[in-house]
Amino acid sequence: MRKSNKWVHILLGIASFVSVFPILWLLLTSFKPVSEIYSDTFRILPKAFTIENYVDVFTRSGGVFWTWFLNSVIISILTTVIGLILSTTAAYAISRFRFRGRKGITMSFLLTQMFPGILLIVPLYIMIDQLGLLNTYVGVVFAYLAITVPFCVMVLKNFFDAIPIEIEEAARMDGCSQLGIFWRMVLPLSLPGLAITAFYSFLTTWNEFIIAVTFLKSHDMYTLPVGLHHFVNQFSTQYHLMAAAAMIITVPTLLLFFFAQRLVSNRYFYKKG
Amino acid sequence: MKLKGSAWIAWIFLLPSLLTIGLVIFYPLAKEIRYSFTDQGQISFQHYIELFGSFFSSNSVFRDVMFQTVAWTVINLFLQFTIGLVLALLLHRIRKGRTIYQTLLMIPWVVPSFVGAYAWLWLVHDRFGFMNQALHKVRLPIFHWLDDGTITMLLVIMVNVWIGVPFMMITFLSGLRSIPTSLYEAARIEGASSWQQLTHITLPLLRPVAATATALGMIWTFNMFNVIYIVSSGGPANSTETLITYTYQEAFQNGNIGVASTYGVVILSFLIAFTLYYQRVLKANQNEGMYY
Repeated sequence: MRKSNKWVHILLGIASFVSVFPILWLLLTSFKPVSEIYSDTFRILPKAFTIENYVDVFTRSGGVFWTWFLNSVIISILTTVIGLILSTTAAYAISRFRFRGRKGITMSFLLTQMFPGILLIVPLYIMIDQLGLLNTYVGVVFAYLAITVPFCVMVLKNFFDAIPIEIEEAARMDGCSQLGIFWRMVLPLSLPGLAITAFYSFLTTWNEFIIAVTFLKSHDMYTLPVGLHHFVNQFSTQYHLMAAAAMIITVPTLLLFFFAQRLVSNRYFYKKG
Repeated sequence: MKLKGSAWIAWIFLLPSLLTIGLVIFYPLAKEIRYSFTDQGQISFQHYIELFGSFFSSNSVFRDVMFQTVAWTVINLFLQFTIGLVLALLLHRIRKGRTIYQTLLMIPWVVPSFVGAYAWLWLVHDRFGFMNQALHKVRLPIFHWLDDGTITMLLVIMVNVWIGVPFMMITFLSGLRSIPTSLYEAARIEGASSWQQLTHITLPLLRPVAATATALGMIWTFNMFNVIYIVSSGGPANSTETLITYTYQEAFQNGNIGVASTYGVVILSFLIAFTLYYQRVLKANQNEGMYY
């Protein structure tokens, strides 16, 4: 090994440390007893390792954390499934058919995928309020579709573009209907694309913060990120609970990410929600 | 290449998504534009006049927010780009341990941004945070991280750089991998130094990747809400508000729907202008990954 590689390793070591440390510190905090967390003595490792923060998170207020967990799961799955139905059909249409307005529609998906949630949150809030859907699954899922569908359409269109049209023509010769072609040929052939968009939709929704904080008002409707916010905000500073809850939310995200990254090529994987 | 004469089938396929997008994106957007032109139930340009008319007066919040948005975006992008590039070049040099470094370096990106932001908020907690306890331990004066406008701005930028660097790094790394090694071999035979190889082969060939990464990094930084909202809430005294966070504050803390919508329209104009520009960048680098 060349001598200069020593410096490469030192620099990469420092960078790795910086990138891991804040989360590592949160992890350590989550295993410290309350008396150690809120103490003026500085310790790095917990003196008395404990899981009491996790137990507290899961059992407080009659186990409401499980309700938050369930809400997160329901909302994420609903958004993923509805979003996939909407975006596969749309992507297929703009990938395969030539019709008036195709360019305009493609462009509008391309443009809207850049919109931040904040741009739409004010009018959406008023609209969903008028429909009486604030603090419901439907209201939040609506808002999430605005974020996920345009991106999924653009990714899926790329996948559909790569499927040779001759396959479809052959199927048509054999008497397959348009819907049959879509369902039996195009979708199975673009499974990696479907996997990517499903992972993306699920993770984006699972990790969405501000729409959930704004739209979900009652304690029993919170998703996990709102629950976390509820532990540490201007009225409450329960960092020990926040640390434990943060770890519970993050672990599935990490697992899903590194697992999915192995499954499919990673170029589509880096959109930050 | 495309199937012809079946336009109506295309519309059937498109209908569900167009209805949804219309309902959750375009209708609200139209509403927002209308709110921005409405004052006390009347059509008016009042909000725009207030925003732009007072732009040069000493107490214009709008101007401060604009300035902070530019500073936030530019500084963030510069740091993310530079650090990401350096890390990618370093990672590319080694073989042993690359996977482990890469995994560790990706963590800030993979962790949800609000969790990252809370982790940093806890690090800089005035009394029990790691930073101040460590300072105290080595007998340095402790520091109030969120009390001074400039320092808080630097802190939130640092948090966002921490989140954004991995994306830049991984993009540059994939760019580096696509450069054929034969180029370097040829250069070495010709007697080019490693510095010359870097400036004459690596960096020029990274340009298309760099353009895409910069465009995406810029959009995400401009759009970033969670970091600022959680770490500083835009404070102290609005000094870390960007267009994005201030829109939220005007709407949901101050209850000024009209003003918030006007900020929304300003954001929308930025994004449209940027998309038009981005399109040209994409055309210049046709086969680069555009839909990350």
